[in-house]
Amino acid sequence: MPREGILIENPIERLSGEQVRQIHGASIDILNDPGLLCFNKKAAEVFQANGAEVSAISGSGTPCWGVKIPENLVAGALESAPKTVKLGARNPDNTLIMNGDEPRVFFITGSETNIWLDVDFSTYVSKTDPSKEVKVPEFKPRRGTVADLCDSAHVCEQLETVDGYIRTVNIQDKDITEDNKDVNKFFACLDNTTKHVMSGLTSLKQLDNVVRMAEIIAGGPDKLKENPLISFITCLVKSPLQFVDDTTETFMEVCKRGLPIVVSSSPQAGTSAPIKEAGIMAQINAEVLAGITLGQLVNRGTPVLYGSVPVRARMDTLGDSYGSVETSQYNIDCVQMARFYKLPNYSTSGVSDVKIPGQQSSIERLFSDIVVTMSGPQFLHCAYGLLDCNSVFCLLQAVLDDAHFKMIKFFLKSPRINEQEFNTVKKQIKEVVATPQKMFINYIRPVMRSGEISPPYPFEAEGEVDSVFALANERLQELRAKPVEHIDPETTARIFREVPGLLARLNVHKGDG
Amino acid sequence: MTAQIIDLVRENVIQGRVTRDDEGIEEGMVGQPGVTELIEEALDSGVNIADIITEGLTASMEAVGEKYENEEYYIPDMLASAEAVGVAMELLEPHLARNGIKPKGKILIATVKGDLHDIGKNIVSILLRGAGYIVKDIGHDAEPGDIVNAVREEKPDYLGLSALLTSTMVNMEEIIKALKENGLRDKVKVIIGGAPVTQEYAESIGADGYGADGFHAVAVVEALRSGKQPFS
Repeated sequence: MPREGILIENPIERLSGEQVRQIHGASIDILNDPGLLCFNKKAAEVFQANGAEVSAISGSGTPCWGVKIPENLVAGALESAPKTVKLGARNPDNTLIMNGDEPRVFFITGSETNIWLDVDFSTYVSKTDPSKEVKVPEFKPRRGTVADLCDSAHVCEQLETVDGYIRTVNIQDKDITEDNKDVNKFFACLDNTTKHVMSGLTSLKQLDNVVRMAEIIAGGPDKLKENPLISFITCLVKSPLQFVDDTTETFMEVCKRGLPIVVSSSPQAGTSAPIKEAGIMAQINAEVLAGITLGQLVNRGTPVLYGSVPVRARMDTLGDSYGSVETSQYNIDCVQMARFYKLPNYSTSGVSDVKIPGQQSSIERLFSDIVVTMSGPQFLHCAYGLLDCNSVFCLLQAVLDDAHFKMIKFFLKSPRINEQEFNTVKKQIKEVVATPQKMFINYIRPVMRSGEISPPYPFEAEGEVDSVFALANERLQELRAKPVEHIDPETTARIFREVPGLLARLNVHKGDG
Repeated sequence: MTAQIIDLVRENVIQGRVTRDDEGIEEGMVGQPGVTELIEEALDSGVNIADIITEGLTASMEAVGEKYENEEYYIPDMLASAEAVGVAMELLEPHLARNGIKPKGKILIATVKGDLHDIGKNIVSILLRGAGYIVKDIGHDAEPGDIVNAVREEKPDYLGLSALLTSTMVNMEEIIKALKENGLRDKVKVIIGGAPVTQEYAESIGADGYGADGFHAVAVVEALRSGKQPFS
């Protein structure tokens, strides 16, 4: 049985049907004129061979082509792109089935941060009353390592609301190079979680090694097709409207292999896209459509997700502001556009602008998590643990986010209003009003045990103190102590024999037997 | 036979089943005798009443308390079990004196004048009954005169007063004054509680105890019963 996710019965929509069609029309216009700049020769050739107007652009010193994509190419791609995408998993019970026209949301981690945030608790004593002590969390940033990635994947395996895993931290160990990063990154994830694993690629040269690793785990190439336990994400289009050479190359190679891939675009309203909502929406939609079109031209029927990571610029620094309200608006608009095309959507919420967990972090992430979830994206790249935009990852924050998502999932359950319920409660009311105490407490018990009552916030302290961080940290340590469900010794041995570049220290079975 | 009925009483108190129609916690219990039917059967069969109380009711509430401490049970479970014990005690009450059994104590309880909020008072009543006390509930919006008269007639060991509003809380002091004026203050221990009430307020008006919540109220009564100072 695949994971259930949460079905949004009445997804919120900001755009009218007319506005959706207007955005689509504006995007088609943009794809025609000015079109895209393409820095990848093969992609330009693919477009040209399929009827796009392609012209060499000289003068920049870098080979570049102007590509004007006609509407019929886009329409053909939207027709051939699968409307249902399956993301498999090492444990098949963790499979995710995403239907483009069904607003069933799956919560997935992300993104690849450079900084790992450790947390430690120091005790401070009041100067005026030494009997008063308070424990204060202290956050210490450092470069992420492959051991951190294993730790993160293992904890996220235990977090109930996490449906799938995007690598959360960039591995920057001394023995990690461009040539071995991808295999170690994927292996660290796959060996520590049985959920779906998605990642980007650092080096195209490693693609076949990564695919080989996944085939060994799945049980062969055909089994991997049936159970695509890995998928990829590429930002092939850099805003505004530019096919980047290397990521476009990677994208096309993944498409040829038929593994699921996210066509992701991340324009920033105000700098790399217009500040006006109509502008960033027309542009991001054009950029994603361009990527989907290329993917379908390379390999008809290759599974793609409509990937949207729009963000508004901060007015003080012109950096990203994921915490801004407009960022959630853009994401919800994109969910609606993907649904218009009946394609599964990869959307974003829960990213905070602040550098450490705290009140700002909680407010920003919970706001966007609620509203974007309610719009019904299928793949909600919901930034468990992400801070400082996409720069910092903190496992303590991920544990706190899990509690947020439990509340959101509970809130989105269907109303329990029907004739049978009314018959039951009318009987209860009649019985209770006839008693001297007039209390319904006796009827709580079966409901409480059926899971129909939301659980209390798990990190609530007793008395007039706030112990959220300390209690969440206790929970984190409990999760860390749980056994890891590693890949079995035989499969691991085969992976280490057949896939070059893996770090020996990642083989937990080394020395067994 | 005796042991079997007492075992069933204990089990049904733990399940919080007052009558055969109650669900309890485990599946498939509806239709089987609840505490009411079992106590009636025990009385008909001549089961020793002291054994019913100590081995059936008290022992089961201790087990329920442990389950609550272990977070296996929640407050609604505790209340259901306490209610079952309360019903059992009401059925046993007429037989106590003749069997030489003295109840733990008698408690008169009310929500004070001007206050219609009685959820807290009702919960305290259930818990006190569950702890083996005889509880006489004179309801909400109770006039001081009615409370004084009830103390005079019922001769309770304890008087529990509840208020939810700061505007009605002041009536607690009026009641204590009225008890003094009627020569009844030293005949009854007064325990007060409710959202706006504090221990400091209880002390300031000369109450004997303050219950912060239902469970604490029971603990305060138990402390007064054993001669301990609940404010310490």
